[in-house]
Amino acid sequence: MSSAPLQDPVVTKETAGQPWGIAAIFDSPAKIMHAAEATRAAGYRWFDCHVPFPVHGLDWAMGVKHTILPVIVFFGGLTGLLLAIVLQVFTNSIEVDLWAIVPVVGYQFEVSGKPLISAPAFVPVAFELTVLLSALTTVGGMLLLNKLPCLYHPVLKSRHLKRITDDRFVLVIESSDPAFTRADTRAFLSSLEPESIVELEA
Amino acid sequence: MSIDNTKMQLGTMGRGLMGAGLVLGVGGLGATIALASMSGAAAFWKAYLFAVSCAFAICLGGLFFVMLQYITRAGWSVTVRRTAEGLAANLKWMWVLLVPLVVLVWSGNGAVLYEWADAKLVAGDVLLQKKAAYLNPTFWCIRTIAYAVVWFLLAKFYVGHSIAQDTDGDIGRTRAMQTLAPIGILLYAITQTFASIDWIMSLQPTWFSTMFGVYFFAVSCTGCFATMIVLLMVLKNAGRLGDAVSKEHFHDMGKLLFAFGVVFWAYIGFSQYMLIWYANIPVETGWFFPRQMSGWANVSWLLIIGHFALPFVVLVSRWPKRFRGIIGAIALWMVLMFVVDVYWLVMPVVPTEALVNAESYDAIKAAVNAGEVSVGWDPKLLDLTAILGTLGLVLAGWAFALRKCNLVPVRDPRLPEALAFENI
Repeated sequence: MSSAPLQDPVVTKETAGQPWGIAAIFDSPAKIMHAAEATRAAGYRWFDCHVPFPVHGLDWAMGVKHTILPVIVFFGGLTGLLLAIVLQVFTNSIEVDLWAIVPVVGYQFEVSGKPLISAPAFVPVAFELTVLLSALTTVGGMLLLNKLPCLYHPVLKSRHLKRITDDRFVLVIESSDPAFTRADTRAFLSSLEPESIVELEA
Repeated sequence: MSIDNTKMQLGTMGRGLMGAGLVLGVGGLGATIALASMSGAAAFWKAYLFAVSCAFAICLGGLFFVMLQYITRAGWSVTVRRTAEGLAANLKWMWVLLVPLVVLVWSGNGAVLYEWADAKLVAGDVLLQKKAAYLNPTFWCIRTIAYAVVWFLLAKFYVGHSIAQDTDGDIGRTRAMQTLAPIGILLYAITQTFASIDWIMSLQPTWFSTMFGVYFFAVSCTGCFATMIVLLMVLKNAGRLGDAVSKEHFHDMGKLLFAFGVVFWAYIGFSQYMLIWYANIPVETGWFFPRQMSGWANVSWLLIIGHFALPFVVLVSRWPKRFRGIIGAIALWMVLMFVVDVYWLVMPVVPTEALVNAESYDAIKAAVNAGEVSVGWDPKLLDLTAILGTLGLVLAGWAFALRKCNLVPVRDPRLPEALAFENI
């Protein structure tokens, strides 16, 4: 493949109107790495790389920012912790008159002579609720941030991109990118010397 | 990526570390013996037991780390494994440190350290008589010797094969070590558990906790992983590791320290406390009494904050584990906390008489605060010299084990995996 003379890539058009995005197909991890760097340097922001296996450093080359998920998870865990403490203190030991008429009294279980509010007894519940809400926030946050579940994606529809799961590396610039214009973006992707270019139907 | 193994040796630095360690070790233990005439035999043996327990905890952790890498066939850890092997190699000679203890107990003078070795005391205590089948001087010595033999053989096997692989590159050695790893881990778990029960838990022979062995395992992991990070940092800063150990490896060592030394330690420590606190049975709570009184109460708080809360906050995020100054400082701090933790396990004395005769918890507390009842809060210079001594010997032994070999297993079949390792 490397000995073949350079030539303009084949351009396939799947749509007559404005495409959803333009894909460039490469045949090696090194090429998509350079392509990702160049795309970022050219000012594109709404682009993605589709590869058959994890390519180390591709995130960095694309300029993907570190995920905000840990911060969300922290607050999820904190919510669990506070919820557990408030719930236990409330149900065990509350003693107030709501609007000065309705008496609200906790269960006030006395277990082996311990005080109604005893920290060691509350720790296991606090720990478990912290872990539970952290885990749920992690999974839920991951799905939300990735916009999952995704039932339809133009890249998966195109029959020209089927080899993503086998031996081809694809970079797609979406038309929602502010820097996207059909002709310029196509010319820019050609300059990266891909195997071929596909204009994707939405 | 390839590595230049000519630079990755201790070289002259090894001689310096060995010398410093030996001076510290011989000087420290010598000073301990000299101070013993002032502080008394009981204080000396307590200090010695504390210092020896610390040394064994660190080196057993090294053995565990090495076997863990083989049992999981880990790739990332190859470049940091040699450091742990150096610690594990100490187990080949550390039986020497046990000889005084075995001689003491075998010769019938164990009562200075262990109540169960006091025939008169046992004769008057039904509980101790029931336990005498297990807790008696002869069996104790046999067990301690058995642990030393098992650790000697495991350390010799793993360190020997790994260092020999540097020369011949034989993958069969890796296979042999993988095959033995499950058996080795099992042997380690049993010996480490019973050793902690025999050496430390039996200091208060009427007390028992089925979690004590696991707690000491967490203690041991804290000591070892923190020491490993400190040693790796020293080697890295001296340029002896090149690029073989990167911030990715420090990141993962930080995760291990966070998981085992902070979270797991607190989890086990609290579980043990809560079960005893909830049941509130005198024979069980007696162990925590002295640790909540006098100066020990402050040490307990120091452990909760310094061994759990502070390192938890520091290590929970990603970036501090990748920032050399922070991970190095926190590792050094955790070594200190590990020593304090072992001190807290070994040193407090339970005032059995006072507990039995006391009218209430508050009455004992008042008596302790008034100085009428001792809970063993009496830090001595002796304790400091003893711990400096054994830690010095561990350092010297580590440098001695690695004096001629590469600081990275250069022909390990998984080395490329470790060199290319990246945290996602």
